[in-house]
Amino acid sequence: MYKSAVYDEPLLNELVSAKKEIKSISDILPSSLQRKKKINIPNLDETQIIRHFHRLSQMNYGIDSGFYPLGSCTMKYNPKICEEIASWDNFANTHPYMDPSLVQGNLEIMFELERMLCEITGMDFFSLQPAAGAQGEFLGMLLTRAYHNSRNDNNRNEVIIPDTSHGTNPASAAMAGFKLTEIPSTKDGTVDLDILQKTISEKTASFMLTNPNTLGIFESEIIDIQKIVHDAGALLYYDGANMNANLGEARPGDMGFDIVHLNLHKTFATPHGGGGPGSGPVGVKTKLEKFLPVPRIGKNKDGTYILDYDAPESIGKIKGFYGNFSVLLKSYIYIIIMGKNGLKETSEIAVLNSNYMKEKIIKSGKYELPYKNLRKHEFVLSCDKLKKEKDIRAMDVAKRLLDHGLHPPTIYFPLIVKEALMIEPTESESKKDLDKYIDVLIKIADEDPNIVKNAPTNTPVKRIDEVNATKNPILNWKMI
Amino acid sequence: MKFIPNSAIKNEMLKEIGLNNINDLFSDIPKNLKFKDLDLPNGLSQQDTEQKLRQIASKNKSYHQILSFVGGGIKPHYIPSAVKSIISRSEFYTSYTPYQSEASQGFLQAMFEYQSMIAEITGMDISNASLYDGVTALGEAALMCARINKKKYFIIPSNISWEKKSVLKNYTKGAGIEIKEISYDAKTGKIDIEDLIKSINENTSGVYIENPNYFGVFEDEIDKICKIIKDAGSIFVAGVDPISLGVIKSPDEYGADIVIGEGRALGINIDFGGISLGIFACKKEYLRNMPGRVIGLTKDLDGKRAFCMTLQTREQHIRRARATSNICTNEGLCSLAASVYLSWLGSNGLKDIAKINLEKGQKLAKKISNVKGLKLKFNSLHFNEIVIECSKDPKTINKKLLSKNIQGGLALEDNYPDLKNCVLFGITEIYTDSDIDKLVTALKEVA
Repeated sequence: MYKSAVYDEPLLNELVSAKKEIKSISDILPSSLQRKKKINIPNLDETQIIRHFHRLSQMNYGIDSGFYPLGSCTMKYNPKICEEIASWDNFANTHPYMDPSLVQGNLEIMFELERMLCEITGMDFFSLQPAAGAQGEFLGMLLTRAYHNSRNDNNRNEVIIPDTSHGTNPASAAMAGFKLTEIPSTKDGTVDLDILQKTISEKTASFMLTNPNTLGIFESEIIDIQKIVHDAGALLYYDGANMNANLGEARPGDMGFDIVHLNLHKTFATPHGGGGPGSGPVGVKTKLEKFLPVPRIGKNKDGTYILDYDAPESIGKIKGFYGNFSVLLKSYIYIIIMGKNGLKETSEIAVLNSNYMKEKIIKSGKYELPYKNLRKHEFVLSCDKLKKEKDIRAMDVAKRLLDHGLHPPTIYFPLIVKEALMIEPTESESKKDLDKYIDVLIKIADEDPNIVKNAPTNTPVKRIDEVNATKNPILNWKMI
Repeated sequence: MKFIPNSAIKNEMLKEIGLNNINDLFSDIPKNLKFKDLDLPNGLSQQDTEQKLRQIASKNKSYHQILSFVGGGIKPHYIPSAVKSIISRSEFYTSYTPYQSEASQGFLQAMFEYQSMIAEITGMDISNASLYDGVTALGEAALMCARINKKKYFIIPSNISWEKKSVLKNYTKGAGIEIKEISYDAKTGKIDIEDLIKSINENTSGVYIENPNYFGVFEDEIDKICKIIKDAGSIFVAGVDPISLGVIKSPDEYGADIVIGEGRALGINIDFGGISLGIFACKKEYLRNMPGRVIGLTKDLDGKRAFCMTLQTREQHIRRARATSNICTNEGLCSLAASVYLSWLGSNGLKDIAKINLEKGQKLAKKISNVKGLKLKFNSLHFNEIVIECSKDPKTINKKLLSKNIQGGLALEDNYPDLKNCVLFGITEIYTDSDIDKLVTALKEVA
């Protein structure tokens, strides 16, 4: 069983240093430019620093530590070969302003990756610029506006989202200046076509949808949905956070989506880095190509690659340079290792693992599964029964899982499921590990509620007072 | 397949849950949407993959293989092995955003330390845990100013990078913010203070000033600039190079309210302009308007010190359309690198490295401007980047330099029509005197 190391590791500024802060004044600088303020960063030796961060790493759970089934986060294994190759000098130490003749390898990878993502999603063109999924959504909304404006259709100020949508969807649309309308799902947990039809209007710019949705349910009426959206003159946006269910099975481009973002750090196996760097490429249908950010990656007749800035209708840029290159490179490597069959098998087993866990857990009768039965790569349980019977909440179950050496699922999302546990096992886990997780979840439901409610006790710290953190914010060592 | 353990036992697992065929799991996909076969090659072995990638990599040149003095806000700095060693620990790099604090104390403490050190070097009260890069940080800062004072008019100098201008426009359009550019002085390369006075008014939400600016030049009248901004009731957003802060006046010493910057210099690979670090720090009173993740210190049930993500009610997963930003995944691993880097330097190392960059910048300027046909464009004190005016088309010069295995400066004319025949050179601590001599010798032949 995984067990975290436990250290009372001091903060860096509490570590003892024999060295004093020096005064350093450069005679080049006039006094008006000289720094007078002290810098309270200790002057430690490398040994101290390495031990400090090494110990911190031992109090941190990663996918290499064990099963990490955060729903909608796709915590799959990150192949080591991708890490190694991305660290090669000829990739990691290339400069974005070097002459294109010196970075043909990078440009080839970006060009080819765009084409592979087009094939996988059924879209026509891709931009690799967005730094993360939410930035991809934001770009998607900027493209949506540019598209409608180019048609002198200037009154489309509204975006519709289902009540199951990720929080980034409304946040990104709002940042792009759109008003949000949220529509309730049907009793099956899918888009309500009647309500969508009633809500959509000549003011609607876009309908943003995840398919399979955040309950893990495939929106089987997607063809009708796209018809309603397009008949109203709006665009259909695909949140690709759940693409791990669809590889080689169904493509958003074929479903009628106009704009798609992918999360390379989810579906395409790059590490999450404790919250980034990620990458959120955006794919579009041909009618939107001319609005994509610059530069585009072009290929000359002689086979050389270029950075092409010649795009008068482009929205411009949404981030410095060309995209999170090393993340793109790792995904490129992942895709060529998996190949067409490996990608298809990825989704097959991701969906199999999810349904296997779901069936076994439901059979136990300890947790409920609101909405439709068949799920894709993830499923959402409710602890509502446990709460009513034993006053055990989703939060308690999550914390108790930590005591068993397992990482909890996403909790309290989507918002339409009471006391939600959102589980996404991915294809990376073995049956043995799935069985273990299932057993522990069932066991927790039968444990003494006092133990569960006081969990975790097997971690470096016990349950954390997050309310106090918000009430009395201490955000750095000078505030202590 | 190496990464899919259950592929060999899928039938057994299907049977256990009462299904016969893997396709039963996809029966909810309408028939006409069922996809046949991806038009991609079959998978390669890892050994073949490595070979293929070696061949592609050979079409690149790193800045170790070609002498590169290109400026433009992104330059190679030395990255200590200690940084690489720590960020390669997979407990860190394979973890998710730390939603479960008790299982993520290590990363959370390192992020708290990052926020602490950014607050130290900028002099600000607080820092967030990272944004995507210095470019998007400007967009977020402009949005934050408008959130704070509900004004819709934001001022930038015309001599910031064109990429920043483009991103800023895209970030602020939806909020209805109008961007006004103020000019720079053609002789000094500094902002035109008269134009600032003329442009600023009671409707100005904020003013963005870089120090050193995109041309490498210091705004040595920054105190005066600050007074103008404050007198107008606007928010002062300062753009900094974190390395310079070892010796250059910290933004709080001249009165900045919000500080942003590109943090790539703090131990992060150049990565073809990819992964980066948006520094974002500000005064305490703006805390609840700040974008991005923030790590706080609190207690556990036993009263023991503990860390967690805090003030999450500002964020998209709770506040949704009314969040202070849509940002979710940020640049966690890059802020970890910065944390290790800054602690490795210590306050003394940061001062040293700032001084070295400043001095090398002067040396490079002196040597290049002695070459016939080249001269300094601006007569101001600069940090580690300089604008040089050539007597010929710099693109031709760069082509000739390339044949000598040297990457020249960044030609500015395309994006700054006033700067005909001008290029931006940059230098850092990694360049030796002999590197400068090599460049100068080559420039004497081609410029």
